[in-house]
Amino acid sequence: MGDARIQLGQFVIEGELTIYRVTELQQTLLDLLRRCDAVDADLSQVNEIDGAGLQWMVAAKREANRQHKPLRFAGHSRPVQEALDLCDLGAFFGDQVVISSQAWEGAGS
Amino acid sequence: MNLDDALKTFINESRELLEQMEEALLGIEQQPDDAELINGIFRAAHTIKGSAGLFGLEQIVAFTHVAESVLDRVRDSLLVIDAELVAILLASRDHIGSLIDHLAQGETPDAATHRQGSELTERLHRYLNQTPAAARAAMPVEHAQIPERETGRVADTDNWHISLRFGREVLRNGMDPLAFLRYLGTLGRIVRIVTLTDDIPALSELDAEGCWLGFEIVFSSEADKATIESAFDFVREDSHIRILPPRSRIAEYLRLIDALPNEDMRLGEILVRCGTLTPAELDSMLEMQRQGDATEHAPIGEVLVEQKVVQEPVVEAALVRQKQIKENRNAQNASIRVDSARLDQLINLVGELIIVGSSANLIARQIAHPALLEVTYNMTRMVEEVRDSAMSLRMVQIGATFSRFQRVVHDVAQELGKDIRLEISGGETELDKTVVEKITDPLTHLVRNAMDHGIESRAQRAANGKPEQGVLRLNAWHESGSIVIEVADDGGGLNTEKIRAKAIERGLIAADAGLSEHDIHQLIFAAGFSTADAVSNLSGRGVGMDVVRSNIESLRGSVELLSQAGAGTAVRIHLPLTLAIIDGFLVGVGRERYVIPLETVEECIQFSVTELNLASGEAGYMDLRGEVLPCVRLRDVFDVRHSSATRESIVVVRHGARRVGLVVNALYGELQAVIKPLGRLFEAAQGVGGFTILGDGEVTPVIDVARLIELSAGPLHSRAGGLPAAA
Repeated sequence: MGDARIQLGQFVIEGELTIYRVTELQQTLLDLLRRCDAVDADLSQVNEIDGAGLQWMVAAKREANRQHKPLRFAGHSRPVQEALDLCDLGAFFGDQVVISSQAWEGAGS
Repeated sequence: MNLDDALKTFINESRELLEQMEEALLGIEQQPDDAELINGIFRAAHTIKGSAGLFGLEQIVAFTHVAESVLDRVRDSLLVIDAELVAILLASRDHIGSLIDHLAQGETPDAATHRQGSELTERLHRYLNQTPAAARAAMPVEHAQIPERETGRVADTDNWHISLRFGREVLRNGMDPLAFLRYLGTLGRIVRIVTLTDDIPALSELDAEGCWLGFEIVFSSEADKATIESAFDFVREDSHIRILPPRSRIAEYLRLIDALPNEDMRLGEILVRCGTLTPAELDSMLEMQRQGDATEHAPIGEVLVEQKVVQEPVVEAALVRQKQIKENRNAQNASIRVDSARLDQLINLVGELIIVGSSANLIARQIAHPALLEVTYNMTRMVEEVRDSAMSLRMVQIGATFSRFQRVVHDVAQELGKDIRLEISGGETELDKTVVEKITDPLTHLVRNAMDHGIESRAQRAANGKPEQGVLRLNAWHESGSIVIEVADDGGGLNTEKIRAKAIERGLIAADAGLSEHDIHQLIFAAGFSTADAVSNLSGRGVGMDVVRSNIESLRGSVELLSQAGAGTAVRIHLPLTLAIIDGFLVGVGRERYVIPLETVEECIQFSVTELNLASGEAGYMDLRGEVLPCVRLRDVFDVRHSSATRESIVVVRHGARRVGLVVNALYGELQAVIKPLGRLFEAAQGVGGFTILGDGEVTPVIDVARLIELSAGPLHSRAGGLPAAA
């Protein structure tokens, strides 16, 4: 793309971020990285993540770094947050994780 | 199963778990070191949290999570459980219970519940923030006993070190490395974790189904090595898993590093980063490694040998675990949940079957065909068996109801400042579920009453030379076809004079009534009677015992009080085993027929009219082998005319300790009676407990023996306002 402006690629991952989706997401992200200068991935709609999903996140981040294009994961949903906490990988990604108060107050309040 | 059904199951299961939790919490006060109890409490909380999560019940999950975290620390011996913590955990249990109650009613919790929740959360958090210094000192030191062979240096850590390299195929085989970490979290606490991502290929070469994850974990747990190893049973074959116990020799860590040669430096650094090793320890290790290279060359081989050595117990552990899972599954299959409405329907059908069966029986007897008689005889026997097993489906042990009183006794004793122990016996006694449900309230009242009024204060007990700790006993047993439930205390007993004075004051008895001590004690069941000098928060408002009595009577039961001054009081509740179907004894009076519950019948005696000196309309007495037996004519009780028989029989019936002879004209024999309740129209009918339909289609009253015995004690009854009294 010969555009002079910075192209920001945005995409929302909905549903599972698991072994069943990784191949698809791998292609999506490689495409976006080819076309754009920066990518924002919205994780707020992820309702499940497994080890494969986590590997994808790591590989994606590395690939973006290699291409010197910022890849930002945002809006970590609760399952994503939990997985990152479980593996203590929050620092690796360095993305801002907003801890929602919702989790503690419950849906009913 | 739709979501509503699933939610119902969740609610039921949670309530059961909360009950178990309460039981364990009360048990733990006595045995604070019982790991099984602590585990039970933790598992209950954990399961509720897990299932609540499935339904997205965030509020329950969030609250239970905090409670669970505290319990986790107790389990890890980081917190010592004491009376205060038990109180908070009991309150937390109640809070979870009220959240579930709200859920069951389809409401969102009110403000008060919210406030309670946040207060409890805060109190629980205080336990989470506590420094575990005291607890740490109490930690078992078994690991320190590992003999210091070879190079004696031991790493200075109380934690396990787990090194995981998942096999490439793990994800492809349907397993998630993260799930293993989560499971590990249930065995202890993951203190530190370093995730190894170095092996993950570049994005363009990433195979979605390959697994390149590795973890170095510092793990705090009381579990033994086999348990921790068993967490990885499913991936053991294709993954590299090494588990080092706390305070392992430095050489062990060295072997760990050797076993993963490509990562030498990095792994050493990771161990330091995890806090498993200090930098100094790492240096000495690397030094050792260099020396090792020069002298001997078998570290990896040694690791392999070591692996072989550990394999045996591991395999064993896996087998044991498999067996446990199988047993659990069997236990689960042993009981199923059935909607009680279905059960009721079954009982109703069995009832109809019995009626139809007795019709067939009757016709067979009329036709007097031998083969038909034999068939109907066999059928009757089968129907009886079907009836018994159908009824037994409704039977539950009373033990569960009794155990609930552990909590009541615990709470009330604290409130009253008394030290009271609850003793339960006969918990395996079975009775009808509906009876159990309806008996809980009267029992609660009796228990509170006994604790409040029965058992004296500590000081008073000490003064009377009794142990300071009072004893409350709940007991149950079967007796002549009914079940007896007893609430007994070892308190001061009833004050007979005080009761008599109060009864005269209230106009319940005449001032000159010659009542036995036992009769006077029964007066406290009269309406509006209370002897409590001070009205306490718990009982003694004078609305207690008469309500208890009428509740029990509505179940066709009766209540009796035994008291001995200075030694204690016992309240005995007699209840019919079941409410629906009974074995009956058919008798005739004139042209009418009546069914007497067979279990109350003791014997039948034949008499000629003249021998029995009974004036019409009054109770009479006869000499039964030297004992006085009060007798009553059913003819008079039910006002039956056209009774012209010259021969009469006496059916001796018994209820509790009392017996009475029922004078009837004819004895027809046994039958099965399905009791149909009385309509409102017949509520006033005295001495009739219900109706049944005979084989020939005739509707026949079933006699309420307990009530009839009361009625037969005429004079006292009329003056004392419906009191049960000895005849």
